[in-house]
Amino acid sequence: MESLSDASRRAFELLLSGNAELWGIIGISFSVSLRAIAIATPPALLLAFVLVYTRFPGRRLMLSVFNTLMAVPAVVVGLSLYLLLSRSGPLGDLRLLFTQTAMVIGQIVLSFPILVAMGHSAMAAADQRLWETALTLGAGRTRAMLTLLHEVRYGLLIAILAGFGRIIAEIGTSMMVGGNILHHTRNIPTAIALETSKGAFAQGIALGMVLLLLAFALNMLLSVFQQHEAPAT
Amino acid sequence: MRRLAHALLLFLLVLGYNGSQAAGNPVLRMATTTSTENSGLLKALLPAFTQRTGIEVQVLAVGTGQALRLGQNGDVDVVLVHAPPAEKKFVAAGYGINRRAVMYNDFVIVGPADDPAGIAKAKDAADALARIAAGRQTFVSRGDDSGTHKKERRLWKKAGVQPGGDWYREAGQGMGKVIQIAGELHAYTLSDRGTWIAYRDKSPLHIDFQGDAALYNPYGVIAVNPERFPDINYFAAMEFIAWLTAPEGQRLITDYQIAGQTLFTPMAIKTLASSGHH
Repeated sequence: MESLSDASRRAFELLLSGNAELWGIIGISFSVSLRAIAIATPPALLLAFVLVYTRFPGRRLMLSVFNTLMAVPAVVVGLSLYLLLSRSGPLGDLRLLFTQTAMVIGQIVLSFPILVAMGHSAMAAADQRLWETALTLGAGRTRAMLTLLHEVRYGLLIAILAGFGRIIAEIGTSMMVGGNILHHTRNIPTAIALETSKGAFAQGIALGMVLLLLAFALNMLLSVFQQHEAPAT
Repeated sequence: MRRLAHALLLFLLVLGYNGSQAAGNPVLRMATTTSTENSGLLKALLPAFTQRTGIEVQVLAVGTGQALRLGQNGDVDVVLVHAPPAEKKFVAAGYGINRRAVMYNDFVIVGPADDPAGIAKAKDAADALARIAAGRQTFVSRGDDSGTHKKERRLWKKAGVQPGGDWYREAGQGMGKVIQIAGELHAYTLSDRGTWIAYRDKSPLHIDFQGDAALYNPYGVIAVNPERFPDINYFAAMEFIAWLTAPEGQRLITDYQIAGQTLFTPMAIKTLASSGHH
């Protein structure tokens, strides 16, 4: 078995040499997770807005539910989706199991509660008079909402980055509904699991480094946004 | 800051569109065992098939039990597995059709080099397992209802041992992973020879027992029954089965070697088996 340092050195070589299979896997990871977050963000933030600025029965319950769902294990989402999407399941005719679309759906489900809950606290922290002022100044409801969203944009970006951070690194749903098919549904986490089981540690480490770098970059962005956020509140 | 946010958004959009898959070639979805994937055999076979037919093969490498379940649910078009009793049941129940024998190898019992249970002296495979149980030596089981796991359970039954207790570890993982676990735990495990040869150089273990007829390991290919799922890719499945059992596929199986050793012996065309080294 090769040593950690040997494997790490070979991992660097793999990354730098532009290994097509490796970069293909990285591309799939980003493509799936970015699509998921792009689809999930608008409805989630709209819902968060509704939860802040309207009063209806069950509103608090709904908030608690989303807060709870933030912690739902990815494998549970994966299992539920698997049963729904399997050819012998209720949505089997869509033929979505083991496709990227299934992975995107799973990641939407995973990121949605984070976007709602964190989006909600960002908007709730904004000055509540802003909304009414905008309305009295003659802005339409949509215009007033956009003004508010712009006011709390850094808080919203933090929510989006947190949601993205969760889904880019998750393996539970990707493995179950994606199936780890090479060139199609093999993303960074499922590839790491496979390469480790094959004893191909260099590949695994190379992919792990990409995830680590990404986590670092996301955290840097988060702290930058948080600095912008702080004086506003 | 605003510029950064815009750049981020643009990045998001560009990469988001990147993901749309190029449609075109028909796709065959195959569920197979971890042994065909981990041993590297599929990498030697599938590109040749795709080149010949234009059919792209998407592989789900799982245990035999799960592979058959995927076929039963219509989630794949074809299965390539190794558990003849379960395969026959699969066909008898109407889940699959056109079952063909493809190739075989054999199972080996690998374990620590010093063979603490003394299974090298066992008279057959069941006796070897009985010795491991009697010595309470650590044994790592696949524990995943795979073909190898099914074989292992039949051998325990034959040995008259109900495995359990601290020495018996069910890993629930693929063959390669289990060889690694057994290596780390200084334990025995049952492996197909193909995966073992592919992992031999990375493992501290040795073959401690081999050669019993009970360790015979045949692989079969089955098309999922199109009467149950009319929209599965039945024609591609039949094309794959035909190719795999024809001279081209069978010869590629014989030719696939690691360190000069053949991993699988073709069965559909028996004369190819002996003319393998050319």
